[in-house]
Amino acid sequence: MSISTMATWVVVIGGLLILCKPMGIYLYRVFTFQPTVLDRPLRPVENGIFRLLHVTRDSNMSAVEYGLAFVLTNMVWGIMAYTLLRIQGILPFNPEHFGNLNAGLSFNTAASFVTNTNWQAYSGENTMSYFSQFAVLQFLQFVTPASGAAAGLAFVRGLSGRQLGNFFVDLTLVLTRVLLPLSILFGLAFVALGVPDTLAPYLHVHTLAGQTQIIPRGPIAGWEAIEHLGQNGGGFTGANSANPLENPSALTNILQSIAMGLVPVAFFYMFGLFTGRKRLAWTLIAVAGTIFLAMLAMIYFPEMAGNPIINALGLSGHANMVGKELRFGMGGTSIFETSTMAFTTGSVVSAHDSFLPIPSLAMFLGMFLNMVFGGKGVGLLNMLMFVILTIFLMGLMVGRTPEFLGKKIEAKEVSLTSVAFLLHPLLILVGTALAVAIPAGIAGVFNPGPHGLSEVLYGFTSAAANNGSAMGGLGASLPFYEVALGIVVILGRYASIMAMLLVAESLLQKKAVPQTSGTMRTDTPLFWGVLLGSIVILNALTFFPVMALGPLAEHYLLMAHHVFG
Amino acid sequence: MLLTLKRAVVVTVLLWIILAFGFTFVMVGLGQVFFPYQANGSIVTLKGRTIAARHVGQNFGNTLQYFWGRPSATVSLTTGKREPDNALNSGASNYGPTNALLLQDIRRRIHHYLNTTPGLSIHQIPVSLVASSGSGLDPDITVASALIQVPRVAKYTGLSQSRLRQLVLSKVLPPDLGLFGPARINVVLLNVALYQLLHPQSPAE
Repeated sequence: MSISTMATWVVVIGGLLILCKPMGIYLYRVFTFQPTVLDRPLRPVENGIFRLLHVTRDSNMSAVEYGLAFVLTNMVWGIMAYTLLRIQGILPFNPEHFGNLNAGLSFNTAASFVTNTNWQAYSGENTMSYFSQFAVLQFLQFVTPASGAAAGLAFVRGLSGRQLGNFFVDLTLVLTRVLLPLSILFGLAFVALGVPDTLAPYLHVHTLAGQTQIIPRGPIAGWEAIEHLGQNGGGFTGANSANPLENPSALTNILQSIAMGLVPVAFFYMFGLFTGRKRLAWTLIAVAGTIFLAMLAMIYFPEMAGNPIINALGLSGHANMVGKELRFGMGGTSIFETSTMAFTTGSVVSAHDSFLPIPSLAMFLGMFLNMVFGGKGVGLLNMLMFVILTIFLMGLMVGRTPEFLGKKIEAKEVSLTSVAFLLHPLLILVGTALAVAIPAGIAGVFNPGPHGLSEVLYGFTSAAANNGSAMGGLGASLPFYEVALGIVVILGRYASIMAMLLVAESLLQKKAVPQTSGTMRTDTPLFWGVLLGSIVILNALTFFPVMALGPLAEHYLLMAHHVFG
Repeated sequence: MLLTLKRAVVVTVLLWIILAFGFTFVMVGLGQVFFPYQANGSIVTLKGRTIAARHVGQNFGNTLQYFWGRPSATVSLTTGKREPDNALNSGASNYGPTNALLLQDIRRRIHHYLNTTPGLSIHQIPVSLVASSGSGLDPDITVASALIQVPRVAKYTGLSQSRLRQLVLSKVLPPDLGLFGPARINVVLLNVALYQLLHPQSPAE
């Protein structure tokens, strides 16, 4: 392993570990309404917003009210986005004169951005006006992760025995206190390091080789900041962060990787502060961190060893550079791709379709689990879903009523949690099975052999996990995929969040039982092992068959130098 | 429910003003004031003409006297056919590792190098020089990738191989902060330097 790779990994992983505590404390103080540094400039603005909304900081909602506010607000954003994309042609800030989007693409894009998936069936640089980029898509990249974080906050409050809070207050504060200030800082760093930020039209250059090249520009630096800080992942251009316009150097690559993880990891620590169980928080961080490191290794080492079929040609060097950019190095590429799959961002610095099978497996793993820190709020929600299932399984094994955070886990919680857990494989496997069973779905497959199945499976997994990255060969702009994936992103987002909010409320209403020596501890290395094991077993049982048909089959065929023509 | 819907609309309008317009205009303004060169796309000019954006790769494959960059799999928006370094349609080949077309592309590029470069053997060709990039706009190649092209460039420009090797080595970009990412060569900047060597008195910015 080169010094560059080690330095890159140390800075990203070390940076996230060091920042997790101060950031977690800051989040805790903001969302328990204690004084924080930005009170003086921001309180008047926030108070103005709350006055117009007729809400107060300390008001509360029930789980159903909170969920309804969440869904209705998302619906308003969806309708707004759909409408503005449909009439893009008559709106301002359109120097390249792009026309209206058609109905299918508008629906797919609105659904995917509103659910924080940011799956893109288009390339921004030849489809979207500056107005659509910043006033529609960038706007959604601010507010939709904030609404996910708000849902996560309500869940954490419920678990810690507090009232759930008010959706509109939480939404506003996530934006004013967290995402907006961080976006300004990161955005400035990105401009300084070479990311364009302008409203001027595209650049026409006359190359030394005698050709004309048209280079897209736009308000890109600010977009990159919120794209990554919000675990959004919608690229300004088709190639996303592989494009040197979005990610021009190894340093911007490191900053984007850190931006993705900053808030999700801190959310875990904040959970520890809310519940007064910091050791539990560190246990959960250790579980997610273990899987993160495993994914990193599964991506880096096979890619460094390269594609055996190409290596047989006798070129200099081995690494699989197909679909990768040189400037990040393999270390930078692999930490970015691990982050984007772990934090469910979906931004990419390389072509996922051209990765070797074992690295693809790691990418699938991140999306199947959807809790390797995950998106802020939502990732923690999924992690706690696995915690509840694990505690339930352990309770069954020793024959005691399971408890979590001093509350009994009973039939209602386990049923709701099971619904949330089963929904994910249901959407992925049924969706994929449907797609490969009908001609409209098969038509979108680009690569031959088992890799083709992986492409379709990746599409549905990415949609259900609200990740948004793609194996780019899939014909995502075909009507079948625009509609099917649009529906999957919506179900994948709202049904599980709603189920988990009801779990939180149900726990909140229970009487606490005192902790005794018979209580199962959730903050020990033993629990780390049991939780990790449960997560692996539950998911392996669910997804192993389809993995065997896709990446694993491809792996063994690749080892045998089998080529599909 | 109606009250909640009303609040949803109001909060959307307020946040839209702050985040869509406020944030964007402030960022564009700060960028233009403090980092105008970067904010406008890091433009490279030569004799008053705009010839490149520093970070965006260009296609030199239609010439023999310039250094070539990494292969680009971008396609034309109108015909869908390969159009290297088309910045309006960034993207990769998306070929999977067992796809015969991938192998075919790489073999073709290897032969092109072997046919145009005097004295080159296959084990000297870095794999990154014949594997297409992720964006189709990768501006960089490895140092070895530039050095193996020296015999060809020397043949078609008339410059000596030692002079060209010196030029290549003078254009090596070190890792960021000396630590992050590989040492590499920006092909556009290398070719600008080559142009200046061939056409003295043409200052570039």
